[in-house]
Parts: sequence; structure tokens; C-alpha cells
Amino acid sequence: MTEIYLDNSATTEPYRNVTELIIKLQTETYGNPSSMHKKGLEAERIIGEARRQIAYFFNDRESEIVFTSGGTEANNLAIKGAAYRNRRRGCHLITSSIEHPSVLNCFRFLEQEGFSVSYLPVDRQGFINPDELKNLIGQNTILVSVMHVNNEIGSIQPLERIGQLIKKTNPEILFHVDAVQSFARIPLKLKEWGADMISCSAHKIHGPRGAGCLWIKEGTLLQPLMHGGGQEKEIRPGTENTIAIAGFGLAARTVRDKLLQRTESLKNLKLAFYNELQKSGILFRVNGPKPEKSAPHIINLSFPGLKAELLLHSLEEEGIYISAGSACHSRRPDPSHILKAIGLEKERLESAVRFSFSLLNSEDEVLLAATKTSKVVRELSSIANN
Amino acid sequence: MAAKIMVRYGEIALKGKNRGQFEQQLYRNLQAAVVEYSKEISKIHGRFIVTGPEEHSEIMIQKLSRVFGVASVSLVRETELDIEDIKTLAAEITKKISSDDIAFKIETRRANKKFPYPSPEINRIIGAHLQELNPNLVVDLKKPSFKLSIEIGYSKAYLYITSTAGPGGLPVGITGRSLLMLSGGIDSPVAGWLSMKRGLFVEALHFHSFPFTSRRSQEKTVALCRKLAIYSNKIPLHMISVTAIQKELNANCPEDLGIILLRRMMYRLAEQLSLKRKLQAIVTGESLGQVASQTLESINVIDKATGMLVLRPLLGLDKKDIIDIAATIDTYDTSILPYEDCCTLFLPKSPVTKPKLQVIENYEALLDIERLLKEAMSSLETTIVKRD
Repeated sequence: MTEIYLDNSATTEPYRNVTELIIKLQTETYGNPSSMHKKGLEAERIIGEARRQIAYFFNDRESEIVFTSGGTEANNLAIKGAAYRNRRRGCHLITSSIEHPSVLNCFRFLEQEGFSVSYLPVDRQGFINPDELKNLIGQNTILVSVMHVNNEIGSIQPLERIGQLIKKTNPEILFHVDAVQSFARIPLKLKEWGADMISCSAHKIHGPRGAGCLWIKEGTLLQPLMHGGGQEKEIRPGTENTIAIAGFGLAARTVRDKLLQRTESLKNLKLAFYNELQKSGILFRVNGPKPEKSAPHIINLSFPGLKAELLLHSLEEEGIYISAGSACHSRRPDPSHILKAIGLEKERLESAVRFSFSLLNSEDEVLLAATKTSKVVRELSSIANN
Repeated sequence: MAAKIMVRYGEIALKGKNRGQFEQQLYRNLQAAVVEYSKEISKIHGRFIVTGPEEHSEIMIQKLSRVFGVASVSLVRETELDIEDIKTLAAEITKKISSDDIAFKIETRRANKKFPYPSPEINRIIGAHLQELNPNLVVDLKKPSFKLSIEIGYSKAYLYITSTAGPGGLPVGITGRSLLMLSGGIDSPVAGWLSMKRGLFVEALHFHSFPFTSRRSQEKTVALCRKLAIYSNKIPLHMISVTAIQKELNANCPEDLGIILLRRMMYRLAEQLSLKRKLQAIVTGESLGQVASQTLESINVIDKATGMLVLRPLLGLDKKDIIDIAATIDTYDTSILPYEDCCTLFLPKSPVTKPKLQVIENYEALLDIERLLKEAMSSLETTIVKRD
């Protein structure tokens, strides 16, 4: 049975050339970049090369890239690092209610540390209202963190308006953007956003796990989370994960050309899936923004009367891998905070599943996935309604 | 230096021919329990002595103390059958104990009646010797702060201070082979453990209804078997899909009889598997009165589906007792992982609590039972889960 992987927001299949590079480096280039001999220099060069590849997405400002172990660490470093470093200026922080747990839980932690945090609500499409943000910003506000693309419903926040509003009110307020879902999928506009920090992750762009980065605008001071041997300008010490970083660089290099075209192709793939599903005549609802408006690779759907996990496993039987918006446990209902925040009623919430695409999916694949989905949904509905 | 570990077993209830069988099975099970560390197990006066590298003594004691049939386990020191040697070793063992006033007691067991001193005499001689070396020691037979035990064997004497209790029971395998219906909840692993305690070798059978239940609930039963395998070395785990049966029941039978009908099908599948695997009894985690399917009427109707002997070891236990055992054998935390029956699609809202056999049989007549069983049996997958 052919497998169709439609869970690309969770992680992506590494590019073949990335895997090959990793195998090669793993066996040959094991030096510590800090070592003075040739082996160390080799490793240092590899990291430098990767840094330049990543910097391409940040206007070539390679000195502003700090490599981390991934998106979670980048978010932790940005949020906790900024909060601790700037606590003398104030103790008020702002974020949205639909952030990734690696952002939200940093803020929850900082609340215990004595900071006060405002959580911006979102509308039914998953967008924050910049006017509400304006009302929340006060004398004490030191940091605003808003994600670019939401990982479950694909809403794209109006970062330009948000950023301008923040900087107009008080240019000293730091603005962090979690761009893990959007990096190398849609263009980042650092200048227009007025962002000070941006988090990215390698394994969401067909790179390996274990690497990510935080772009930190020059002059932005952060309190490091760890202390050690001075690597990454002492902001993120620890022997560099040379191999994963190299894979990250190569993956970024592979996707960077024709980025706008790629964004368009990705969107067409998603719309092909969506249209095919509509044509089949089965009942479903879109959660979050309209498919034309949301991120090019994410679509979140509810199939009335079908529990998400049941549909997920039934599609798995057909070789199709997707994700359930909310895990359904009869004993421990654990609905997604994002779907709750956009105000989904219980039944739609429990039946929400996410399909997320990549350019490694062919159009035939996504059309087949749509056909199989409608088939499975019909079968399950007939059992459920018996 | 090699460590010597003495393993004691419950000897009181054992007489005649049974004893030999018991010892043989226990010997095999002890061997399996410490096979990575020791190949040397010998038998002395109603005990086993396991010899292995000293650096592994702690883990060997832990593993031996989880073998059913074992009463207790001690790290011992061995010496010649000579009262002077015993004195020297006793002094060496107790030397490390601090020199403040210390209440102690000596307990001697003389298996070898040819040894010239009777037990009380040995106690006195050794006790006096220790007090001579350390005047702070005082004898206290009622509340000693340490107890030195001496066992006089036929070729050696053994001395030790601490003991670890074993689980008791009978060596696994000695009373027969059984099939445990393992759901993944709290009860069934405990039922399996209790039947193993009475010497049954257990194979496990798990019914799943993928994709209506998660694959992780299957992983969970593997994890539970791994915990149980600590006590029996290995557990063959069988998995059978009942998805097709559930779909058929759902389409043809009233919702409130679903559970009873399904459980009868499960018993039939368990019976078929038992015959195939030469297993003599089915073990279940059923008890009385916990849920609707566990009324006397329900159990009776379900039980009639099979001619096999069905053992229900939890019948005498309260839920709290079951949870306590589950915590002791470390299955509780795994059992409460919320994977099972995640999708309530097939679960009736209020199952019948007093089913009538005739009604059930009438509905079953509408189904092609033989075909359904055959199809389900063809989904059988078996893995041998070994102890870590």
C-alpha cells in the first residue's frame, strides 16, 4: 500500500540530500568546532556554511543567527531570555491564546516568577485583533510574542500591523515571532514586522531533528538559559550539533530558491485536496480561516459525528497519516486549546482533524487521499448511524 | 570475590513427591531469573545457594526475590564447619556495626545434626565471642537492632544479617498453563499475577478493535506483559482483532446486549486459542458487582459460551485491594494510561444487567458465529514478551 504522509506540520520527511549529508558527516566530520586542529576547523566551516544558508532568510545577517536544539529551545530562549534580561524595565508580557505550548508554557512559568501576562483572545478564524493588543500595551510592557502561522488551523497573524503598533507605542518593547510553521514555507518580513526575534526549526522544513535557530536582531539583549563554554556568542553554549546544523543549512538551501513559487504550489496542493473533498459530497466543516486565506500547507476539518481519533486510525489503515486536532479520551478529555480558543462547539472540536501538506506530496497523492477520506467517512458514518 | 545468595522457600506445606517437583521447577525458574549473572545454583539443606559476581549481588537479590515460591533471600558468607571459623567470620561480619550500645541477637539453625554443638550452644559461644570483642554489645532477644543468623549445613556454615522477603506462592509452571484475558485495565494484570502466584504459567490474550481503538493501547498490553514477565520470565502475548465482530453485532443486535454478546465471542475465541496452545484454563479479571457486565446473571450468561474452566482470582478482592496489588507489581501506572476504549462508538449507554440466556442465543442464531470466529482467529498475532 502506498503511504501518503499528510502530517507535515508535525514533522517532515527529510530530503534525500539532507540524509546523505548527515550520514557522510556523521562518519567523517566528527571534530569539535572549538578544537584548534584541522578536524575542528572543518566542523567550524560546516557550521559557518549552514549559518550563511539560514541567514539568507534573514537578509544575510548571519551574525544574528543563534543555533539551538530546535523550535522549543528557540522559543524558550527568546521569551525567558528577554523577560529576565529586561525585568528592570517592567514585568508585563503579552502573547496570544493560540500559541504553541513551547511559547504558552514559558509564559505560564514566567507568571510564577512574578511577571504578569496578558493572553490575547482570537476570533473564530483564529486572528488576534490588533486594537485589543493596543489596549493591553502599558508602561510596564517589555515583550510581545505572537506566532506567524498557527500550527493547527493555519491562521496567519497580521504581523505587520501588530509589529508597527507595538513599535509605534514604545520601540523598546521586544517583539518575538514564533515562525516554526512558516519558516521557508512563506516569506518572513523582518523589517515590516519590526521583529526582534524569530524562532525556526529544521525538521519542519525537511531537515533533521535536533536543530533550530533563533534570529536575534543586533542589539537585542537576552539572558542565556544555559552557561558554558562560550559557543554561539555565549547566548547558547554547548558543543555545537554540527551534523544537525549542517542538515538544517542544506534543507534551507534546498527550499530557498523560488520561495514564492513554492508557496503557491503548496497552496494549490491543499486546494486540490479541498476541492476534491467537496466534490465527493461528504459533509465537513473547515475550522479556522478559509482555505484560500490560511497558511498554504494546513487545513483543519471537522467531519460531523466522527471522532477525530477514529477517523485518524481508519485513514492510517488506508496508509494516510494525519493528525487529530484534539485527542479523544473518554476518561480524560483533552481538547486542543487552539480549537477551544476559536470557539468550536464540543462536537466539532472532537471531530477536528488536520491535514498538512508538503511539496514532497504529489497532486495525485493528495487527490487519492481526498477520495480515500470521503470513502472512509462514508463507511464510518454508516456504522455510527446504525 | 564471588557473592553467595541463599534462597529460602516455603517448606511447611510441602511433603513427599510434590516437594521434589516443587524444587525442580523452582530451580529452573531461579536459573532463568539470574541467567545473565550466574550459572551456579546449588542445593543445600532445603535452600538454594546462588553464586555470582559480587558487583551484581544487589540486582541478583532483587531478581531472585521476585520468583514465586521464594520465601526470602539473603546475601550470606560461607565458612568451614568449625566453631573457630564461625567465630572469626561472625566477628568480621559484625565489625562494621558501630560501637555504641547495641542490642543484638543470634539465631542458629542446625540442619546438620552431626555438628557437635546444638543451636542454643552455638548462640552462646558466638554471642560471648562478639561481646568479648566489643563490650558495648548487649543481648536482646525481643528487640535486637541487628540479628546475626547462622545456618549449619552439611558441608559449610552460612552467616548473614539481612533478608529480603520473596513473594511466596508456588513456582510458576508447576500447577499448569492458562490463558489470561488481558484488557489493559487495572484488574486483568492483577488476576494474571495472582494466578502466576499459584504456580500457573500464563499466556495473555488481548482483544483490540483497531482502528476503533488506538495502536497505543496494544503497546500498553505489551508493557503490562513486560511487568508480569518479571515474575514468570516470559509471557506469550496473543492479539486478536474483534473489529469485524463488533461491526456485525452493531448491525444486527440491540445496542444494550452488545457487551454480553461481544464477551461471549471473546470467550469462544479464548477457548479456541487455549485448545491450540494446550492451555487448561482461562483466567479473567472479572469480579462481582463492579460494572454492569459483572452481575451474577451476566457472568453466568457469558460463562455459558465456553466449556473451559474459567478462573476469576479477583472475586474475593475489593477494588482497593486490587489497586494495592497493581501498585506493588508496578502495573497500575501503565494500566491507567488513557488509551483504551477511546472511541465510545460501540459502547452501549446502559447495558442490560440481567440478560436472559435464551434471548442472547436467539440473537446469536442470526449471526454466522463460526465464520466470525474463524475470521477473528485469522487476525491472531503472537509475540513473546520477555522480562527486561
